[in-house]
Amino acid sequence: MSPVFYILAAFTVAGGLAAVLLKNTVHCALALTVAFAGLALLFLNLDAQFVGFAQILIYIGAVAILVVFAILLTRGTETPREGVFSRSWLAGLVIAACVFSALGWAVLESARALPHETAVPSVTVHDIGAALLGRYVLPLEIVALLLTSATIGAVIVAMHEKGSAH
Amino acid sequence: MLAAPVSTHALPAIVDQVFILFKDWLVSFLPTSWRPAAGVVLGVIAIVCVFPALFALTTVFERKGLGRMQNRYGPNRVGPYGLFQPIADGVKSLTKEDVVPLNADVMVHFLAPLTLVVTVFMGFAVLPMGRNMALVSLDAGLLFFFSMSAATELSVFMAGWSSRNKYSLLGAMRAVAQMISYEVPLLLSSVAVVMISGSLSLPKIVEAQSGYTGVFPHWYIFTPWGLASFLVFAIAATAETNRSPFDLPEGESEIVAGYHTEYSGFKFALFFLAEYLAMFSISGIGVTLFLGGWSAPLSFLNVVPSWFWFFSKVMLSIFVFIWMRGTLPRLRQDQLMNFAWKFVLPFTLLNLGVTALWRFMGEGWARWVVCSVILVGVYVLMGRVGMFKKHFGPRSYRYAE
Amino acid sequence: MTPVASPLAGYLLLAALLFAIGLAGALTRRNAILVLIGIELMLNAANLNLVAFWRFSPHPEALTGMMFAIFSIAVAAAEAAVGLGLVISIYRHAQTTDLDQMNRMKG
Repeated sequence: MSPVFYILAAFTVAGGLAAVLLKNTVHCALALTVAFAGLALLFLNLDAQFVGFAQILIYIGAVAILVVFAILLTRGTETPREGVFSRSWLAGLVIAACVFSALGWAVLESARALPHETAVPSVTVHDIGAALLGRYVLPLEIVALLLTSATIGAVIVAMHEKGSAH
Repeated sequence: MLAAPVSTHALPAIVDQVFILFKDWLVSFLPTSWRPAAGVVLGVIAIVCVFPALFALTTVFERKGLGRMQNRYGPNRVGPYGLFQPIADGVKSLTKEDVVPLNADVMVHFLAPLTLVVTVFMGFAVLPMGRNMALVSLDAGLLFFFSMSAATELSVFMAGWSSRNKYSLLGAMRAVAQMISYEVPLLLSSVAVVMISGSLSLPKIVEAQSGYTGVFPHWYIFTPWGLASFLVFAIAATAETNRSPFDLPEGESEIVAGYHTEYSGFKFALFFLAEYLAMFSISGIGVTLFLGGWSAPLSFLNVVPSWFWFFSKVMLSIFVFIWMRGTLPRLRQDQLMNFAWKFVLPFTLLNLGVTALWRFMGEGWARWVVCSVILVGVYVLMGRVGMFKKHFGPRSYRYAE
Repeated sequence: MTPVASPLAGYLLLAALLFAIGLAGALTRRNAILVLIGIELMLNAANLNLVAFWRFSPHPEALTGMMFAIFSIAVAAAEAAVGLGLVISIYRHAQTTDLDQMNRMKG
């Protein structure tokens, strides 16, 4: 375990916690960006260059912007008076804690069986491209279809209805 | 790596690699284990010094050039021909009071210019500024560049939102919407280059364009698909850097100064710096993708060092930016969006198909004819359809009554 | 932290923690957009798992985990677009994004 991992992990967890705990919605979105950036750096730390850069391009460049736009369109920039947590927050917290303890227990129990340091895999972008258009071409086409239908669907759902009140 | 393939004489090779040799000489004073890290640090220092210096020069150049175009002098008081104007401007912006609005979100307001400048600087890391002169040679360099330029958008939003000013917010929303819309054609026009060169690594893309037929270079701009991609790229790059005629986010007549309305002093200077740095980096990537990067425009000009060619091509494109600013009026928001989604994007998608056709038709004159005919035909057709039932009468002026 | 020998275990624990944070956010926040933020965090934690398993697998050149992560990023982008579109559409009808107030289906 390198110190780099601990620093990045702390950075990512701090971003994630802030995204969940902060009161102002826009602050939450910005903290989410910090978590995304930390995850991208973790991917780079795992020698997955392509996935790391794709993470920055898609999550910070697109999803975070989308979230921010949605917040502004729903006038969510001001902190609500009646509090930011739902009435059933305790149940949610307990469920999350249970899930984490179950997952953590499973990981720690099997820690001895997990592989140790392996050689750095030498995967070039060329290999990824060849795999995407070779072995994984069917999933790629399905994802293309999904993205197209999601674009059309999002536009139709968010479009102003003709003759609506405003 | 002194074995430059084209330079036959010893002297040009040394001049060509002078910065690399200088760096190696400086680093050789350190213990061996420190050398790679020290080399990277020196490269970062060079980038952080050279591009802001170019920025200072460009501001003078721009103001004087715009002055010429508008039949006036431009700055001419400080130093010979007003050349020391940026120093005066810098001192002024450093000594000015830093005003933060009372209602502003202080933390976000403070972080926005910093994150903007940092992400813009990151883009320079992968640019090959001369033979062997890329700071890091990433396998996915192009992807890295675009991910960094996508990360700047959030800083713009942070600046506009945290100011608690309607003009700032409007400017930021305009900027973000515009950057998102034009990022799609920007990426897709670069994909055409990746399809032909088969690599995302910028030095390899330059290498793929470094051949010559007779004296003429094999730059991608000299192919039908390359020219079309380059034009789309240039338009999208102008929009991406918020330059005129796409400077709606800073439209002075409507929203004061856009997302940096509430910034003063040094923070404002940082926004100004980031805008010009973004221009440099996007010009650099355009030069690398379509104009052969650091390779010479004619084969016998290879005696001139490679970094000279890179920087002259970048400065030439900066000149075109300034020229456009002096020539074209600002677009309207709906025109901007319609142009991006209804004209540029379909045309770029078609261009991808044409690029694939070019790739698989093999050598010969047939692919030149077929690809050119398709591109020109579609361009004319789309223009006709877009202009259908639009009437352009004589311009009418309405003055305030 | 617990003394774990394998670096993979560290990544898996981190991913579990992020998943739990995202789940807690999705279950406890009132604002629908913040629920989506929690879901995004959970998806990202899963991606971290996939990439970590790819890195420490005996055959990383097979690219299985990495491909899964790439496809998962693409699907998450589609999910975010549709989800936020739905939130905006609901806001237009109900003038709120507060999930506690969206109880019109309650009998």
